[in-house]
Amino acid sequence: MNAPAVFESGVLTEERPGAVRPPADLWKGKKGGLVIVECPQRIPCNPCNTSCPVGAIIAFKDINDVPAIDYPKCTGCAMCVAKCPGLACFVADLTFGDGVALMKLPYEMLPVPAKGDRVKCLGRTGDAVCDGTVENVTEPHRDRTRVVHVSIPAEKVNDVRAIRVV
Amino acid sequence: MELINSHPVLDFSHGKKVSFSFDGRDMEGFEGEPIAMALHAHGVKVYRHTPEMRRPRGFFCAIGKCSSCFMVVDGVPNVRTCVTPLKKDMKVETQNGRGSIDLSAGGVA
Amino acid sequence: MKEYKTDVLIVGGGPAGLSAAAEAAGAGAEVMVAEGDLHLGGQLVKQSHKFFGSKDEFAGTRGFEIAKILKNEISQYGGRVKTFLDTTVSGYYPDEGAATLMTGEEEYFRVYPRKVVVASGAQERLIPFPNNDIPGVYGAGAVQTLMNVYGVVPGKRVLMIGAGNIGLIVSYQLMQAGVEVAAVVEGMPRVGGYWVHAAKIRRLGIPILLRHSVKRAIGDVFVTGAEITEVDERFNPVGSPTEIECDTICLAVGLAPSGELLWQAGCEMKYVPNLCGHVPYRDRYMRTSNRDVWMAGDVSGIEEASAAMIEGRIAGLAAAESLGYKVKAEKFEIFWARLKNLRAGEVGDKIRAGVAQVVVDGWEAK
Repeated sequence: MNAPAVFESGVLTEERPGAVRPPADLWKGKKGGLVIVECPQRIPCNPCNTSCPVGAIIAFKDINDVPAIDYPKCTGCAMCVAKCPGLACFVADLTFGDGVALMKLPYEMLPVPAKGDRVKCLGRTGDAVCDGTVENVTEPHRDRTRVVHVSIPAEKVNDVRAIRVV
Repeated sequence: MELINSHPVLDFSHGKKVSFSFDGRDMEGFEGEPIAMALHAHGVKVYRHTPEMRRPRGFFCAIGKCSSCFMVVDGVPNVRTCVTPLKKDMKVETQNGRGSIDLSAGGVA
Repeated sequence: MKEYKTDVLIVGGGPAGLSAAAEAAGAGAEVMVAEGDLHLGGQLVKQSHKFFGSKDEFAGTRGFEIAKILKNEISQYGGRVKTFLDTTVSGYYPDEGAATLMTGEEEYFRVYPRKVVVASGAQERLIPFPNNDIPGVYGAGAVQTLMNVYGVVPGKRVLMIGAGNIGLIVSYQLMQAGVEVAAVVEGMPRVGGYWVHAAKIRRLGIPILLRHSVKRAIGDVFVTGAEITEVDERFNPVGSPTEIECDTICLAVGLAPSGELLWQAGCEMKYVPNLCGHVPYRDRYMRTSNRDVWMAGDVSGIEEASAAMIEGRIAGLAAAESLGYKVKAEKFEIFWARLKNLRAGEVGDKIRAGVAQVVVDGWEAK
């Protein structure tokens, strides 16, 4: 399949409005990380904005707008990660360790992993990109959408979007 | 019964377990849940055979609209088992063809 | 035969019907809700995913939780809302102003409502292919009922037909229930549902095969597999078919409005492909050409539950107002604005174009 066809099947193949990477300069030093939103289609939805405690996801003029982010405000708290109905928000913290990044990924499957577990980290087509170590598991809204904090090789932050507990 | 025992976001609460029969076989299901759910949980997939082509039919829409899951329940044919609650000691049978009604039982003058 | 009188009879206790009940009762009307299933909430009770939209439509809240919220809302009106479960409205007689109802298979009764809101929803479509009638070929809603309402494992390995929102969401829910999804098959060159729903299952490894179609179900007594094939722009098969091993073929190929009662009520209907079937002409208040009948939700055109809830509120409020109950006029403005917002984007194009074909300025003006 060519890239446009792959995109049409639900796989992000390049940056586009609503699905852009954080600015590199700010990102590399930001403790707690920055949000990565992959929501490139105009749909009527705004919980990422309404769940953000610091106004980092800019208020929508039209509820159909794709999300836009005020990166300096983002604290990487992952409230949007846990609230987004499309599971389209992720956080990547590049300050976690030397060559190691911390990803905060939404998770609604079983089994729920525990701190210290080794998990498979999956790319956008479900391919195993690398192994990761679970550093924490939270449930910010007490609604059974977990946020799994997993440490991975830093060079994989643009690839890893899900985990599989093995 | 093949039930989902653990689920990441849902909790299931079932009612009382009751016994019923399917084509003479003893089975258990949850009282008040649709008959078809109990049968499916026991791996029963064929609920009737069509009148002309004798095709097997089973569960399909689960909202009582498609007529695929008609069975004979306590002697009554064409019962929509996907929306009919299971009761203790129900006699559930595979329906063959259109089904027939017992004229002697209905108080026909 | 038992007979009842009520201000407003609401046909269907799903998102539209419950919302209509809440508004009508909130305005002071006596309301009866007839629901064919064994519980209120309609399709909401099967939805384990979080909803889209804004806070007003409970965005970010799981569907089955929204059903609870709506049930709580109507329960605050106490006896003013009477609900009848396992109860089908089998007929409506406009000349007599009577509806006939049945509870279960045995108990028949009549209701004389002053006004009616039909929120009877939709039913699943079937597509033609050899063996599509054998057990194991299930509607997507039926699979949801099995696994999400009653906790029954629907199958071991499922082939999903259709990449609209329902096909994508149910595929995700199957994975949550521990069921393997072999693939999602879609005839169009792109997913029809929200892109994010597709991304959610793609990253869990479920293939979405665009420009593919199911050729036949394999199995003598029940499904043991399926043959799928690539198709061209005209949906003609290309190349040789592929065999997929599966015990369930799940059809998520669309819904059709269940408008039987609207036909019986003599409502002027029109076939609108964008709304997925025959739907009634309506004014902005969701009133049909029959002055006593309103409608809301999928029966007025297939759309998301968030829109159904707003339509229900409009219809319930308007029905109560027509009976002389005092309602705040600005409420309509708020509901219309919310509906407009939901339909404003590209995904709303189809709905807007569809509604434009059946909306009238007002029945009074005609």
